[in-house]
Amino acid sequence: MPRLIEMPVNKAASGTQSLPKTPTGIAGFDEITFGGIPKGRPTLVCGGAGCGKTLFGIEFLVRGATEFGEPGVLLSFEESVQDLVMNVASLGFDLPRLQRARKMAIDYVYIDKSEIAETGEYDLEGLFIRLNGAIESVGAKRVLLDTPEALFAGLSDTGVLRSELRRLFRWLKEKGVTAVITGERGEGTLTRHGLEEYVSDCVILLEHRVQNDTVTRRLRVLKYRGSTHGTNEYPFLIDQKGISVLPVTSLSLQHQVSTRRVSSGMAALDEMLGGRGYYRGSSVLVTGTAGTGKSSMAAHMVDAACRGGERAAYFSFEESPGQIIRNMRSVGIDLGRWVKRGLLRIESVRPTAFGMEMHLVRMHAILEEHRPKAVVLDPITGLVGGSSEHDISGMVLRIVDFIKAKGATGFFTALTAEDDLQSTSISISSLVDTWLLLRNIEVNGERNRLLYILKSRGMAHSNQVREFLLTSKGVRLREVYLGEGNVLTGSARVAREAEDRREELRRRREDGRRETALRASLAAVQAKIATLQAEEQTFHQDLSEAVEQGVSRRKAVASDRDALERSRGGR
Amino acid sequence: MKPSRTSKAKPAGGKASSEPKYRLRLYVAGQTPRSVQALSNLQRICEEHLAGNYKVEVIDLLQKPQMAAGDQILAIPTLVREIPKPARKIIGDLSNVERVLLGLEVLPAGS
Repeated sequence: MPRLIEMPVNKAASGTQSLPKTPTGIAGFDEITFGGIPKGRPTLVCGGAGCGKTLFGIEFLVRGATEFGEPGVLLSFEESVQDLVMNVASLGFDLPRLQRARKMAIDYVYIDKSEIAETGEYDLEGLFIRLNGAIESVGAKRVLLDTPEALFAGLSDTGVLRSELRRLFRWLKEKGVTAVITGERGEGTLTRHGLEEYVSDCVILLEHRVQNDTVTRRLRVLKYRGSTHGTNEYPFLIDQKGISVLPVTSLSLQHQVSTRRVSSGMAALDEMLGGRGYYRGSSVLVTGTAGTGKSSMAAHMVDAACRGGERAAYFSFEESPGQIIRNMRSVGIDLGRWVKRGLLRIESVRPTAFGMEMHLVRMHAILEEHRPKAVVLDPITGLVGGSSEHDISGMVLRIVDFIKAKGATGFFTALTAEDDLQSTSISISSLVDTWLLLRNIEVNGERNRLLYILKSRGMAHSNQVREFLLTSKGVRLREVYLGEGNVLTGSARVAREAEDRREELRRRREDGRRETALRASLAAVQAKIATLQAEEQTFHQDLSEAVEQGVSRRKAVASDRDALERSRGGR
Repeated sequence: MKPSRTSKAKPAGGKASSEPKYRLRLYVAGQTPRSVQALSNLQRICEEHLAGNYKVEVIDLLQKPQMAAGDQILAIPTLVREIPKPARKIIGDLSNVERVLLGLEVLPAGS
């Protein structure tokens, strides 16, 4: 079941009566706390060894100094200044530069129990004086104490320490500085020496766990007095840019929808999808068993986007960029040219290379940087590698939503089992807008591919099954041969079509013969008609001659009689 | 007692010795009863057990806060034995003489 991310309604951040907050600048953290940590108060960040609490504090100071114009003081009780500087240099934090710019003061408080003897009463005024001096020297607004618990190892009078720590936190509040205090997690307590008793405004717990051999880091806001906050465990990670807490963006079902359409890259498929392809910004899922052509469909979509001059990103969890380009060239799609032109980015990484959240943050960074309009995850099931299923659906939801929120069209492929074609192992099918299903059918000793549209939200779409052909000129969709109650594909269809063609030829020949015969009969009749007409002509002539002879004979008789009468009656 | 620097150097037995054997520094923060107590305890211990071969410097961190980091001062009062090396620190009001002597690695006089 996909789980919707429950996020408290962001009232506190906008309300006027709300607690003033100081943004940490840590990616994602300010979102889940609706603005950061309480301004002018101490915040406890606790967790086990190596959980990233010191880094959290240092990033808080560095971001404050560089992004918010708030200088900071780092009071380290455990690591020397040189060690700290080196440790965070790999994250791009240049502490010496900040020190020189008077944006940060660092003091290393060191106690070696072996060189200290205690006799009589004392207090920690020296610490206060040093901290005060450091704060004044740069006009600090932020303070990191990392971790004052080390004092318990150096000094034996815990009664004095406790009362002095209490005084220290009160003093920090009076100073109005926003402080982060780190604490190492103890047995059954948040911190070994109970710092949580003194720092009670805001407590953040960092953890790291090993799951399926992959480490995942988690952050939880245990307590935040006077403010709403996300109560979930949020995955976070530490990469080249510091800490990123997921969700890196706030998640809600409010992304802009588009009525614009984008081509699937296959004219025949566009035709099936109401004639115009997918909706821009929608999520398309293609499921199918191995070798059904899912990646080729993805490549078509990417190719279509790049042809239109749009940027695209292709995340592959199984093939290297070179492999993808070569393989797609074999079906007539040249992705290499789009890579060269900078339109397409192909990112390949093994799913097990790192935890789920690391994948997501990498993707996130690439999406932010490259701003693609088409995004392919091939296969999305590949992400399952290092994490439990519960994590996956939540995470996949986040990335799907994120791609949507960016207005990019998401194209996800998923591998399904042969016997259970309509379920994906990561149950995202209900999230997607368009779901295409590819399957193999095996008839007459060959396998052929079929394509269906299982669903496509918000558009008229074809209910027809198409045969899916991978040719050297790309994917072709053919209508399947429906006959004798069977769907015929592949060579069965070809054979059937050939037979049809032979039949047609035979019929055509027969028609030709009949035509010739009829023409001959017709010609014979016409010849007869010509003969008869000639005869008719002759009769006509004979008739008119006969009539003429009769008339002249009658005239001759009459004139003869006249001549006779005149000679007799000569009176 | 002056709040700032109180130097006492007694060349032992009149013999010329420019460097005393013990050079001590007491860090305080203002004239608190505890600081006053610590200084008077220190003076008494020095007189009794270091036989004049010492030099004490009192540093008031309220006036010289920048001095605190160099000697890694946290607790007040803190007594630092600078010489002889290695440096040793004693924190507290120095009320326990034996522990102070132990901390300074000084044998009690008359033992």
